[in-house]
Amino acid sequence: MSGPNKSYDPVQVTPLNAESVEAMVAAALQAFAAATSVAELKQARAAHAADRSPIALANREIGALPPQARKDAGARIGQARGRINAALKEREAEVSADELSRMLVAERVDVTLPVELTPVGAVHPITALMDQMCDVFVAMGWEVAEGPELEAEWLNFDALNFIPDHPARTMQDTLFADPADGGIVLRTHTSPVQARTLLDRDLPVYVVCPGRVYRADEFDATHLPVFHQIEGLCVDKGITMGHLRGTLDAFARAMFGDVRTRMRPNFFPFTEPSAEVDLECYVCHGSSVGDPANPCRTCNSEGWIEWGGCGIVNPRVLQACGVDTDIYSGFAFGMGVDRTLMFRNNTADLRDTVEGDIRFSRSLAGTAR
Amino acid sequence: MRAPLSWLRDYAALPEGLTGHDLGQALIRAGLEVETVESAGSDVTGPLVVGRVVQFDAEPQKNGKTIRWCRVDVGPEHNDESGARGIVCGADNFAVNDLVVVALPGAVLPGNFAIAARRTYGHVSDGMICSAKELGLGDDQGGILVLTDDDLAPGMSAYEVLHLRDDVLDIAVTPDRGYCWSLRGLAREAAQALDVAFGDPVELPVPAQSAAGYPVRLESAACPLFVAVTVTGVDSTRPSPRWMQRRIQLAGMRPISLTVDITNYVMLETGQPIHAYDADRLNGAIVVRQARLGEKIVTLDDVIRDLDSEDLLITDDSGPIGLAGVMGGASTELSGNTSTVVIEAAHFDALTIARTSRRHKLSSEASKRFERGVDAAATYAAAHRVARLLEQLAGGTVDEAESVVGAVPEVPAQRIDAALPSRILGLEVPTDKVVELLEAVGVQLSRDGERLLLVPPTWRPDLRDPYDYVEEVGRLIGLENIPPVVPNAPAGRGLAKSQRLRRAVNHAVAAAGFVEVLSFPFVARGDLDQLQIPADDERAQLVRLANPLSETSPYLRTTLLPGLLAAVTRNTSRSNDDLALFEAGLVFLENKEKRAAPRPSVAQRPTDEELAAINTALPRQPRHLATVLTGNWLPARAFAPAEPATWGHAVVFVEAAARAVGLSVVRRAGQHAPWHPGRCAEILIAGTQTVIGYAGELHPSVCKASGVPARTCAAEIDLDALIGAAPDGGDVADLSTFPVAKEDVALIVDDVVPAEDVRRSLVAGAGPLLESVRLFDVYVGEQIGIGKKSLAFALRFRASDRTLTDAEAAAARDAAVAAAAEATGAVQRTE
Repeated sequence: MSGPNKSYDPVQVTPLNAESVEAMVAAALQAFAAATSVAELKQARAAHAADRSPIALANREIGALPPQARKDAGARIGQARGRINAALKEREAEVSADELSRMLVAERVDVTLPVELTPVGAVHPITALMDQMCDVFVAMGWEVAEGPELEAEWLNFDALNFIPDHPARTMQDTLFADPADGGIVLRTHTSPVQARTLLDRDLPVYVVCPGRVYRADEFDATHLPVFHQIEGLCVDKGITMGHLRGTLDAFARAMFGDVRTRMRPNFFPFTEPSAEVDLECYVCHGSSVGDPANPCRTCNSEGWIEWGGCGIVNPRVLQACGVDTDIYSGFAFGMGVDRTLMFRNNTADLRDTVEGDIRFSRSLAGTAR
Repeated sequence: MRAPLSWLRDYAALPEGLTGHDLGQALIRAGLEVETVESAGSDVTGPLVVGRVVQFDAEPQKNGKTIRWCRVDVGPEHNDESGARGIVCGADNFAVNDLVVVALPGAVLPGNFAIAARRTYGHVSDGMICSAKELGLGDDQGGILVLTDDDLAPGMSAYEVLHLRDDVLDIAVTPDRGYCWSLRGLAREAAQALDVAFGDPVELPVPAQSAAGYPVRLESAACPLFVAVTVTGVDSTRPSPRWMQRRIQLAGMRPISLTVDITNYVMLETGQPIHAYDADRLNGAIVVRQARLGEKIVTLDDVIRDLDSEDLLITDDSGPIGLAGVMGGASTELSGNTSTVVIEAAHFDALTIARTSRRHKLSSEASKRFERGVDAAATYAAAHRVARLLEQLAGGTVDEAESVVGAVPEVPAQRIDAALPSRILGLEVPTDKVVELLEAVGVQLSRDGERLLLVPPTWRPDLRDPYDYVEEVGRLIGLENIPPVVPNAPAGRGLAKSQRLRRAVNHAVAAAGFVEVLSFPFVARGDLDQLQIPADDERAQLVRLANPLSETSPYLRTTLLPGLLAAVTRNTSRSNDDLALFEAGLVFLENKEKRAAPRPSVAQRPTDEELAAINTALPRQPRHLATVLTGNWLPARAFAPAEPATWGHAVVFVEAAARAVGLSVVRRAGQHAPWHPGRCAEILIAGTQTVIGYAGELHPSVCKASGVPARTCAAEIDLDALIGAAPDGGDVADLSTFPVAKEDVALIVDDVVPAEDVRRSLVAGAGPLLESVRLFDVYVGEQIGIGKKSLAFALRFRASDRTLTDAEAAAARDAAVAAAAEATGAVQRTE
């Protein structure tokens, strides 16, 4: 560094003249423009804007000037440094944006590659459907009741007004635990849970009973000896067939959208009056009836789908469970879950529901090819 | 019950033009289950006429057959210029001048068999002479159909002559509506459904007792009424008229012989089963009584049957001659020579007949009806209907002396509140309307203020309880007219904890990659042997079924594994090789002491003791959760090799289930069939000594015996026990925002020391500042010596109220290491 001039007889300090400063600025700007990466720009910055750069060194020479000249040179250098720094900042933004763009291109992956961390698991369609059915009733304030599958004959039959000679109680229809006179059967319906509910809970009772049931039936595409039911039981003051209709309609709407149910009189030991409940076809709404050009496979072009049985709980059942039939009445209904799956999800062969093939279990779990 | 529409029209004034389908819909609305409506004879179309055989030449053929080249007069409209048509016929059961049925070219017979003029056996056969079978009218009786009526002329349409076309309704009769097992009952329903007149074919009431006819004695309460009518001079060789045969056939029975056909026809008509005896083969009085020990009977189906003392018999001096209400005996069977017929129309107790039918595995048209209830008041009319038909069709004479023994049993009356139907149906039915509806179905009513006294008709044994009448009113008024109302259930509590957690477990393990399957719970002893389950194991206490679906699997499962292993086999046989299956379901553990479940009276609630006795008799049925894994957990995919399913995945399954209920589990080495003794984790609920199950790799011999791939892995836990231990609430974490202090330690222990023991001792020694501990490396190598392993743990310490100093963290770490050293002999690795 040059020593200070005391008198106004300026010693010419070359780096501080306008020409030199302008050259430094030009060199810096050119170097910044030439840099195409953050690394290159860092080098250019070191060369033209950092502490050891010509402009920084020139700045130090200002002190050597006489006071008057010092002011001029200071202004000149300050302005120059401002231009250099602004250019650097601008270029930095450009270069890092360019670099990011390049990186984003370079880092592209094939997002269609498989990325499974776990295999495709699934809840069985029957389980899922049964849960969904229960949820409809839970939302209405009902509760879910359950019971054993190996059940007392008294609860499966006697309490439900099946006379001892009822044909359903024979070995042809019912699976008995050994010995056959031991009073224990594999439950043939979930109705014993209804009896248990009446025996165990305080009135009023609003419950659904889902579960597995057993019959000595064929095992073929449309029959299962082991299948699933959901039954409902409501016992309260002033319960009528109208309440049964209303409940079945609400259930049908929740499961299938804007559909109705209808009842056809029938006979069951545990209900009186008894009826079959049909579901209005939720696919064709009856439009396929008598229209061979537009058949409906869901309802076989009948407009209605047989769904289950229902009725007013036979007072004999309530009496066997200790309910005062002068005060209380009730209704009950029951549907096959497997059967519902069959018409709801087009199950062609019921055997698939119990043979354990993972393709069946996964079929509603999003496994399209 | 199959009901031809034309037959129903005999008793119900059904509107002209009403089809079987129309009637079916009306009956469905009335609560009958109409299964099908069949258009019988609709598969025959085109020209089908009566023809007269003018002449024929028998022409032997090279193939050994003899055909007849016939000239058949088929009426002026259809004859050719020669006044007949040439037709080749293979049958020989007709003569010149016989009337036959001719299908002319253009006709189509059942099986889509189109008739055309065609060259055969050297002639042009210009039509076909038909047999009964070819027309869909039942069996051939030795060739073509020969018509014997004298009022027929060639060229008449054969459709009407043969009663070919009819709509037939097939109705599934529910057990409470026995009266619908007859044309009479169905016609009554049809007339009611369409509001038209009904003419009852049962007109004659049962008269007072009379013993003038064939002697009859009743010795059992199960037979309250027996009518016997005798018809003499019967010509048993005459054929049944075609209309009768056709109706019997359309109703689903087979025409047999005139007398038998008449009894069947009247049974179909009235619902009253009839039996006809050859009087010459009866010995002495007919006695109805219970069977005696050791007695036997040969029934009409030629089966010798050992009788039970509860069986009701028809007997004569020779012994049993009929199984009452079920089937007649061979010894008094009608034959072509029978000339005197004794007609039996009796009433039998429904339950007695049902039991006998079941006991002998013998269901007949008669037993089907008696079991479901027959109108006792129809006996006499039915017997006389048979007698009249025998007179008209078989040339018989009805003997005026008849026997009527016993009487129509009284039907129980009932009193109901007139408002009961409205109250239960949820629809206002005025008392007048209730009365009108019930009277229309034959109920006799008298009013006593707001009470109704009801006497049901004799054909309605199902009308017994007050609610039976409610059902009848509802059925008649139409259930569709009841306004639907959603009942107001009280505020519910949602799913029970166990139900909620079971769902959570299901979804957790499914989300973890396991696939739920459902399997039948039936097993064989061999299934347990394959799993090497010892005889003293709880799982060897099997519940046996008295009547299993298959004798090869007569027991109920005590473990879910056999069903899952079978599912593995089924999947691998279908080339689904990578499997992580799971099932949740009940297992059945036989009580040590088997007890019978009592069946208390249903007249009132059983006592608490009776209910307890019922429940303790039931085998324990805990719900289990199990998985079986084989093949690859994940197959090879881009940038990643295949990951085989291992014991670890079986453990992951259990841990996922436990976490879903808010529990953590710990493991220790276990020895439990069917697992590999060195790869079996016994699983306990953390902080307890409760073992909930096992997870690991299956024993190699088990894989082999079960036919599943080697290295198949499995886990099974008691899901009820897991859920039972699930916390109800629990505190959420109190979060410290002070910095964490991390300390890693490597501990050398003997190879046999379980890592879990080391981990647990570190936790115990580290004190309350320890936030977490994680095993991040296991090293085995010469550097640390043979038989040793180095376990590297990452410890994290954090205080709730301050930043820990280095010294505090180091002290806690040292305390943890010291505890591990004391508990497991661990030495801290220093290099």
